[in-house]
Amino acid sequence: MTKDSKLTIEDTQEIAKLARLQLSKEEEEKFTTQLNNILQYFEKLSELDTKNVEPRTHPNDIVNSFREDVVEESLDKEEALKNAPEKKDSYFKAPKIV
Amino acid sequence: MPSLNQLSGIEIRDKIRTQEISSEDIVLACFKRINDVESKINAFTEVFEKEAVKRAKEIDKKIKKGEKVGNLAGIPLAVKDLISVKGHQTSAGSKMLNGYISPYDSTVIERLVRKQDAIIIGTTNMDEFAMGSSTESSFYGATYNPWNLKFVPGGSSGGSGAAIAADETILSLGSDTGGSIRCPAAYCGVAGIKPTYGRVSRYGIIAYANSLEQVGPISKTVKDSALVLQNMAGKDPKDATTVDESVENYLDIIENGIEDFTIGIPNEFYGEGLDPDVEKQVRNAIKILEKKGSNIIKVSLPHIEYALPTYYLIAMSEASSNLARFDGIRYGYKTDNTDGNFNEVFSRTRGEGFGPEVRRRIILGTYALSAGYFEMFYIKALKVRTLIRQDFLKAYEKCDVLIGPTMPATAFEIGTKLDDPIQMYLEDILTVPINLAGIPSMSLNCGFASNGMPVGMQIMGKFFKESDIFRTAYVLEQEMKYFKQRPDLGGY
Amino acid sequence: MKSKVDSKFTPMIGLEIHCQLNTLKTKLFCSCNAQFRGEEPNTYTCPVCLGLPGSLPTVNENAIDCAIKLAHAFDSKINKRMYFFRKNYFYPDLPQNFQITQYNKAGGVAFADGGTISIKFDNKIKNIELDRFHLENDPGKLVHEGGDIESSNETLVDYNRSGIALIEIVTKPVIESPREARIFLKKLRSIISHCEIVDLTKDGAMRVDANISIKGHARAEVKNINSFKEVERALKWEIKRQINKLKKGQETEQETRNWNGKITTLLRSKESENEYRYFPEADLVPIEIKQDWIDDIKEKMPELPDERIARLQEEYGLKEYDATVITEDKEVADFYEECCKLNENYEAIKNWLMNDIMGILNEENLSISSTELKPKLVDEFISAIDSGKVTTKIAKKYISKIIKGIGIKKWMKKQGVKKITDKEKLNELADKIISDNPDVVEDLKKKPKTFQYFVGQMMKATRGQADIQLTRKILKEKLKKYMK
Repeated sequence: MTKDSKLTIEDTQEIAKLARLQLSKEEEEKFTTQLNNILQYFEKLSELDTKNVEPRTHPNDIVNSFREDVVEESLDKEEALKNAPEKKDSYFKAPKIV
Repeated sequence: MPSLNQLSGIEIRDKIRTQEISSEDIVLACFKRINDVESKINAFTEVFEKEAVKRAKEIDKKIKKGEKVGNLAGIPLAVKDLISVKGHQTSAGSKMLNGYISPYDSTVIERLVRKQDAIIIGTTNMDEFAMGSSTESSFYGATYNPWNLKFVPGGSSGGSGAAIAADETILSLGSDTGGSIRCPAAYCGVAGIKPTYGRVSRYGIIAYANSLEQVGPISKTVKDSALVLQNMAGKDPKDATTVDESVENYLDIIENGIEDFTIGIPNEFYGEGLDPDVEKQVRNAIKILEKKGSNIIKVSLPHIEYALPTYYLIAMSEASSNLARFDGIRYGYKTDNTDGNFNEVFSRTRGEGFGPEVRRRIILGTYALSAGYFEMFYIKALKVRTLIRQDFLKAYEKCDVLIGPTMPATAFEIGTKLDDPIQMYLEDILTVPINLAGIPSMSLNCGFASNGMPVGMQIMGKFFKESDIFRTAYVLEQEMKYFKQRPDLGGY
Repeated sequence: MKSKVDSKFTPMIGLEIHCQLNTLKTKLFCSCNAQFRGEEPNTYTCPVCLGLPGSLPTVNENAIDCAIKLAHAFDSKINKRMYFFRKNYFYPDLPQNFQITQYNKAGGVAFADGGTISIKFDNKIKNIELDRFHLENDPGKLVHEGGDIESSNETLVDYNRSGIALIEIVTKPVIESPREARIFLKKLRSIISHCEIVDLTKDGAMRVDANISIKGHARAEVKNINSFKEVERALKWEIKRQINKLKKGQETEQETRNWNGKITTLLRSKESENEYRYFPEADLVPIEIKQDWIDDIKEKMPELPDERIARLQEEYGLKEYDATVITEDKEVADFYEECCKLNENYEAIKNWLMNDIMGILNEENLSISSTELKPKLVDEFISAIDSGKVTTKIAKKYISKIIKGIGIKKWMKKQGVKKITDKEKLNELADKIISDNPDVVEDLKKKPKTFQYFVGQMMKATRGQADIQLTRKILKEKLKKYMK
């Protein structure tokens, strides 16, 4: 990690956009400062040489946990839809795409 | 004569079985206690009074008729509000899920409640989406530490810890991603265990960081934790990461003692920044273990100092993806201002529905996974995770369990760290290495600091050797008997 | 013919083909019924494929079998250890707002790498190299109320399709023309249906995206080529667009474009290209595929198109071209062979099936299984022609009815194709035919089977309306002196 990982307000805005999170102006500033402090703390990791270390992608060593291809009951339509903020007929309603 | 709700789960189980008391008696006793103290503690997000009493009556009827009942028949259980219970709100302490009614049961509820007949008395408060160490960030307000209402109960399973300490429930469930069971257990002076990763099904548990978390009990006594864990552990076809490894009957071996144990004391757990009050109590516990016949050795976990940034990078990265599903289409909060396309509406919904700490972590996690930073942050963290895991495996070549403090200090005052993320993260410095390694670890009350707040110690075991932890913890508990001490909340 | 100017510009096409493993009973990551088509929206969903909080995916073991089969068919190299990744992007059809897929970077591997599909055209064989293929889940389906994706103000979402198993096949950019792409896709369809992992009769079971560039220039990805028939048109259009741009001295840009059925339009430029933030899916454990699993599937491999083409030539005397065309669609080839079990006039079955019946089905966009067409009906039909009961002309008139399940005899009756039972009229006609064909009468002395020729001539002259029994009787009487 290098000092280049310092975030600007524009970076925060860009990431917030990618994460679909609307932030207020004040939050953008406050978050940028806080995030930089956190990132600075994370830089401790760069002390470690990990060139020959395998990344641990899965917490335990089990493999091949499969499910048989057997149908189980789906949720009732009412159950599936009951938490939807908006629905129409038996569809979920979503915002327009474009 | 203690009030019924002050008894342990094992005691309640036995009294219900012999029909000395009814399930209804104990359920009502818990609700009376909740009525008396809940306004001070705020441990619950919802109580299921009617339903619990109804269920208790059904179980009582069965017992009277001599019908077969489950291993936890009639015992009150409070569950952290991120464990899906069919037909009830599962909010994860967030505005985002306020009003969300789960249409399905998590596997732990399936096992403990539907199969073993425990009675859910309510859902407990927590830091929003389990992100925190103080239970202050909940949409439903902060939870207060029963030992001193000015202090936090720890987090994120603070509601479960406080409800146990205040005798509002007999048993409880929490979840632990980076210490969220052990921290409140320590701060509230009770017992709580994070099982080995893969020991307990995560199906139905709202995810914060899925490669790190496990569900586990928070309880008054070590045996109660053993009772709950052995009834919910084991392979679940619905969670591919659960391991097909047999679950021991912990209660059968819990009193076996520790004479043949070698206990490791990792240097790095006793470093700078450790509160002397905490160190004193933990060292005292180690002396007891030595006196009880176990062999004490020093060990080193050299990469522990890197655990905190490693943990936060992995947890935030996973969280940014796990929490992407909250977009206001299928469930949960949706913004009132629906102008614009889905990107704009999603952003508004998520901006309004998530609290500041959740948003901070999503943003950092999104950053750590994004092109150009992925290797530097995320992969690097996974590599350090390997090193930390290896440290533990090496230490366990020489010993059976490791002992250290759970938290660097005792509970802090409400509001003091809420706006300082790093100070809050530093709380987790001794708990997160365990989640990175995937090993089991229990926090047990080992005394009190000079300010009267409880001190927690951690007993860390080998993979799938929760039984070793229980044996060690039981010896200490029986010697120290701190579980008999109660915070004074009045009301009795 | 390519113009001289165009020959400076060599198109390079790579295809990404999504195939639904719709022969599986359940979805890829949950136990919901996978046969969702035609069902009411959101009735084939569960906590997993709705992305409810707390739900976890589990892998359908048979989906792995399907992928191994495909690797054998393509001769791809199966990766021995792999794990799933999350591909993160927000879209209303994606309930978790990430897709669980496989990734060939960041330490990940596809399900299998390499492999080839050989195609034959213009009398040459070309091996189209595959880059890789992998498993992933299908998103749900969006309905744009009151318009299309651009004009609609309201989007409705049906998650019945969410979680259906997909295999995405990625070719290397080695396809050189839209026509080659079409031939390749036909062959690919044939292979996946012969592997019995995809039922191609289902709408949307195979979907194509194309990467198109002019050699030496930036490529564009064209999405939403909904039917495989449109691929050739979409590719032609896009190549022309790119060449025109280059001719004007402009550069092509790396971008994603949408095929709307007529033209391609800009969907997003590279600058706004989604950041997918791929990372390992820790809710699923790694998959290790041992050699015995691979061998086990190999033993159970069904017949593949190239083997079948050879066998059809051998067994039914078909020409290579005909065998190839029949095998393009497994359902057609299966049907052909069923008919051949009932009737030995393989050539006639082939002709009627390929020229007439398929023509009708293609025109109406139907598959055999969606109609009432049965081998029994074809047998009855071919026998009727062969016995002279039906003339070609009547047969042509009838043939569209065969897919409605109406037999030739029944049809003729209903049509009031009246039999000519007038003895006198038939006698007259018989005399005429006999006197017109003295050579054949001579033949008859040696070959009694030539008798059939006269029956045929009678039927022909009456447009198939002569009563067959009566005709035979009359002819027999008149010709018996020439027959032994």
